Amino acid sequence: MATLLDTLSWVLLTVGGISVLVGGIGALRMPDLYTRMHAASVTDSLGAILVLTGIMLQAGWSLATIKLVAILLFLLLTSPTSSNALASAALLAGTRPFAETRQEQEARK
Amino acid sequence: MYYAVTIATLVTMALALLRAVLGPSVYDRVLAVNMFGTKTVLLLSVIAFLYGRPDFLDLALAYALINFIGVLAVLEFFRSRSLRRSAERGGRP
Repeated sequence: MATLLDTLSWVLLTVGGISVLVGGIGALRMPDLYTRMHAASVTDSLGAILVLTGIMLQAGWSLATIKLVAILLFLLLTSPTSSNALASAALLAGTRPFAETRQEQEARK
Repeated sequence: MYYAVTIATLVTMALALLRAVLGPSVYDRVLAVNMFGTKTVLLLSVIAFLYGRPDFLDLALAYALINFIGVLAVLEFFRSRSLRRSAERGGRP
Protein backbone atom coordinates (compact mmCIF):
# COMPACT_ATOMS: atom_id res chain seq x y z
CA MET A 1 0.00 0.00 0.00
CA ALA A 2 2.78 2.42 0.91
CA THR A 3 4.68 1.49 -2.25
CA LEU A 4 1.57 2.05 -4.33
CA LEU A 5 1.03 5.50 -2.80
CA ASP A 6 4.70 6.38 -3.29
CA THR A 7 4.63 5.34 -6.93
CA LEU A 8 1.40 7.22 -7.55
CA SER A 9 2.71 10.39 -5.94
CA TRP A 10 5.98 10.16 -7.92
CA VAL A 11 4.02 9.81 -11.15
CA LEU A 12 1.84 12.79 -10.22
CA LEU A 13 4.87 14.90 -9.26
CA THR A 14 6.70 14.03 -12.49
CA VAL A 15 3.73 14.78 -14.75
CA GLY A 16 3.09 17.96 -12.77
CA GLY A 17 6.69 19.10 -13.19
CA ILE A 18 6.55 18.38 -16.91
CA SER A 19 3.30 20.32 -17.35
CA VAL A 20 4.67 23.25 -15.36
CA LEU A 21 7.75 23.31 -17.60
CA VAL A 22 5.69 23.00 -20.81
CA GLY A 23 3.46 25.88 -19.75
CA GLY A 24 6.51 28.04 -19.01
CA ILE A 25 8.01 27.33 -22.43
CA GLY A 26 4.63 28.07 -24.04
CA ALA A 27 4.29 31.37 -22.18
CA LEU A 28 7.66 32.38 -23.57
CA ARG A 29 7.22 31.18 -27.15
CA MET A 30 3.57 31.81 -28.06
CA PRO A 31 2.90 34.64 -30.54
CA ASP A 32 0.44 36.94 -28.76
CA LEU A 33 -1.08 37.74 -25.37
CA TYR A 34 -4.11 35.47 -25.52
CA THR A 35 -2.22 32.36 -26.56
CA ARG A 36 0.38 33.14 -23.89
CA MET A 37 -2.46 33.33 -21.39
CA HIS A 38 -3.64 29.92 -22.58
CA ALA A 39 -0.18 28.44 -21.99
CA ALA A 40 0.15 30.07 -18.57
CA SER A 41 -3.20 28.72 -17.44
CA VAL A 42 -1.91 25.19 -18.04
CA THR A 43 0.74 25.72 -15.38
CA ASP A 44 -1.72 27.49 -13.09
CA SER A 45 -4.40 24.82 -13.08
CA LEU A 46 -3.05 21.45 -14.25
CA GLY A 47 0.47 21.84 -12.85
CA ALA A 48 -0.78 23.08 -9.48
CA ILE A 49 -3.36 20.28 -9.20
CA LEU A 50 -0.87 17.53 -10.07
CA VAL A 51 2.02 18.79 -7.93
CA LEU A 52 -0.12 19.55 -4.87
CA THR A 53 -1.95 16.21 -5.12
CA GLY A 54 1.40 14.43 -5.38
CA ILE A 55 2.65 16.17 -2.24
CA MET A 56 -0.63 15.40 -0.46
CA LEU A 57 -0.13 11.68 -1.09
CA GLN A 58 3.32 11.96 0.49
CA ALA A 59 2.01 13.88 3.50
CA GLY A 60 -0.65 11.39 4.53
CA TRP A 61 -3.37 12.36 7.02
CA SER A 62 -1.97 15.36 8.87
CA LEU A 63 -2.32 19.11 9.27
CA ALA A 64 -0.09 19.58 6.24
CA THR A 65 -2.69 17.91 4.02
CA ILE A 66 -5.38 20.32 5.21
CA LYS A 67 -3.12 23.26 4.44
CA LEU A 68 -2.34 21.80 1.00
CA VAL A 69 -6.06 21.37 0.29
CA ALA A 70 -6.61 25.01 1.30
CA ILE A 71 -3.78 26.16 -1.01
CA LEU A 72 -5.15 24.07 -3.88
CA LEU A 73 -8.72 25.33 -3.44
CA PHE A 74 -7.50 28.89 -3.24
CA LEU A 75 -5.37 28.56 -6.39
CA LEU A 76 -8.27 26.96 -8.26
CA LEU A 77 -10.57 29.82 -7.23
CA THR A 78 -8.19 32.69 -7.92
CA SER A 79 -6.28 31.77 -11.07
CA PRO A 80 -9.37 31.72 -13.41
CA THR A 81 -10.52 34.97 -11.79
CA SER A 82 -7.25 36.74 -12.46
CA SER A 83 -7.09 35.27 -16.00
CA ASN A 84 -10.58 36.62 -16.69
CA ALA A 85 -9.69 40.06 -15.28
CA LEU A 86 -6.47 40.13 -17.34
CA ALA A 87 -8.22 39.15 -20.59
CA SER A 88 -11.04 41.65 -20.14
CA ALA A 89 -8.63 44.45 -19.23
CA ALA A 90 -6.46 43.68 -22.28
CA LEU A 91 -9.48 43.50 -24.60
CA LEU A 92 -10.82 46.77 -23.20
CA ALA A 93 -7.46 48.43 -23.79
CA GLY A 94 -7.64 47.41 -27.46
CA THR A 95 -5.30 44.40 -27.70
CA ARG A 96 -6.48 42.35 -30.69
CA PRO A 97 -6.01 38.56 -30.93
CA PHE A 98 -3.29 37.33 -33.27
CA ALA A 99 -5.66 35.29 -35.45
CA GLU A 100 -8.58 36.88 -37.24
CA THR A 101 -12.11 36.14 -36.14
CA ARG A 102 -14.63 34.94 -38.72
CA GLN A 103 -16.34 38.35 -38.87
CA GLU A 104 -13.02 40.02 -39.66
CA GLN A 105 -12.26 37.48 -42.37
CA GLU A 106 -15.61 38.12 -44.00
CA ALA A 107 -15.19 41.87 -43.66
CA ARG A 108 -11.81 41.64 -45.41
CA LYS A 109 -13.22 39.75 -48.39
CA MET B 1 11.74 13.32 -6.92
CA TYR B 2 11.18 16.61 -5.09
CA TYR B 3 14.39 17.85 -6.69
CA ALA B 4 13.00 17.32 -10.21
CA VAL B 5 9.84 19.31 -9.44
CA THR B 6 11.91 22.04 -7.74
CA ILE B 7 14.20 22.36 -10.76
CA ALA B 8 11.26 22.38 -13.20
CA THR B 9 9.54 25.10 -11.16
CA LEU B 10 12.72 27.17 -10.95
CA VAL B 11 13.26 26.91 -14.73
CA THR B 12 9.64 27.97 -15.32
CA MET B 13 10.11 30.92 -12.98
CA ALA B 14 13.17 31.95 -14.98
CA LEU B 15 11.16 31.69 -18.24
CA ALA B 16 8.34 33.78 -16.70
CA LEU B 17 10.86 36.42 -15.63
CA LEU B 18 12.26 36.44 -19.17
CA ARG B 19 8.74 36.99 -20.54
CA ALA B 20 8.23 39.80 -17.99
CA VAL B 21 11.41 41.49 -19.22
CA LEU B 22 10.70 40.90 -22.93
CA GLY B 23 6.91 41.36 -22.84
CA PRO B 24 5.81 43.95 -25.38
CA SER B 25 2.71 45.18 -23.54
CA VAL B 26 1.87 45.83 -19.90
CA TYR B 27 -0.52 42.87 -19.91
CA ASP B 28 2.21 40.42 -20.90
CA ARG B 29 4.19 41.58 -17.89
CA VAL B 30 1.17 41.24 -15.58
CA LEU B 31 0.58 37.72 -16.95
CA ALA B 32 4.21 36.79 -16.32
CA VAL B 33 4.15 38.20 -12.79
CA ASN B 34 0.93 36.31 -12.04
CA MET B 35 2.50 33.08 -13.32
CA PHE B 36 5.63 33.78 -11.28
CA GLY B 37 3.51 34.15 -8.14
CA THR B 38 1.69 30.86 -8.71
CA LYS B 39 5.00 29.12 -9.31
CA THR B 40 6.33 30.62 -6.06
CA VAL B 41 3.41 29.04 -4.17
CA LEU B 42 4.18 25.66 -5.76
CA LEU B 43 7.90 26.04 -5.05
CA LEU B 44 7.28 26.88 -1.39
CA SER B 45 5.00 23.84 -1.01
CA VAL B 46 7.57 21.52 -2.59
CA ILE B 47 10.44 22.98 -0.54
CA ALA B 48 8.42 22.47 2.65
CA PHE B 49 8.50 18.72 1.96
CA LEU B 50 11.99 18.69 0.45
CA TYR B 51 13.46 19.98 3.72
CA GLY B 52 10.80 18.34 5.92
CA ARG B 53 9.56 21.65 7.36
CA PRO B 54 5.75 21.89 6.98
CA ASP B 55 5.80 25.47 8.40
CA PHE B 56 6.58 26.68 4.89
CA LEU B 57 3.02 25.83 3.86
CA ASP B 58 1.75 28.82 5.86
CA LEU B 59 4.08 31.03 3.86
CA ALA B 60 2.73 29.51 0.63
CA LEU B 61 -0.86 30.19 1.69
CA ALA B 62 -0.07 33.79 2.62
CA TYR B 63 1.81 34.30 -0.65
CA ALA B 64 -1.14 32.99 -2.67
CA LEU B 65 -3.45 35.52 -0.99
CA ILE B 66 -1.04 38.43 -1.52
CA ASN B 67 -0.40 37.48 -5.15
CA PHE B 68 -4.10 37.37 -6.04
CA ILE B 69 -4.89 40.71 -4.41
CA GLY B 70 -1.83 42.33 -5.99
CA VAL B 71 -2.64 41.17 -9.53
CA LEU B 72 -6.26 42.32 -9.25
CA ALA B 73 -5.19 45.72 -7.91
CA VAL B 74 -2.67 46.25 -10.74
CA LEU B 75 -5.23 45.20 -13.37
CA GLU B 76 -7.89 47.51 -11.95
CA PHE B 77 -5.37 50.34 -12.05
CA PHE B 78 -4.53 49.77 -15.72
CA ARG B 79 -8.16 49.22 -16.66
CA SER B 80 -9.32 52.47 -15.09
CA ARG B 81 -6.34 54.26 -16.67
CA SER B 82 -7.24 53.05 -20.16
CA LEU B 83 -10.91 53.96 -19.59
CA ARG B 84 -9.89 57.42 -18.42
CA ARG B 85 -7.64 57.96 -21.43
CA SER B 86 -10.28 56.91 -23.93
CA ALA B 87 -12.81 59.15 -22.17
CA GLU B 88 -10.38 62.04 -22.49
CA ARG B 89 -10.02 61.36 -26.21
CA GLY B 90 -13.80 61.34 -26.46
CA GLY B 91 -13.81 57.93 -28.13
CA ARG B 92 -15.73 54.87 -27.17
CA PRO B 93 -13.91 52.69 -24.61
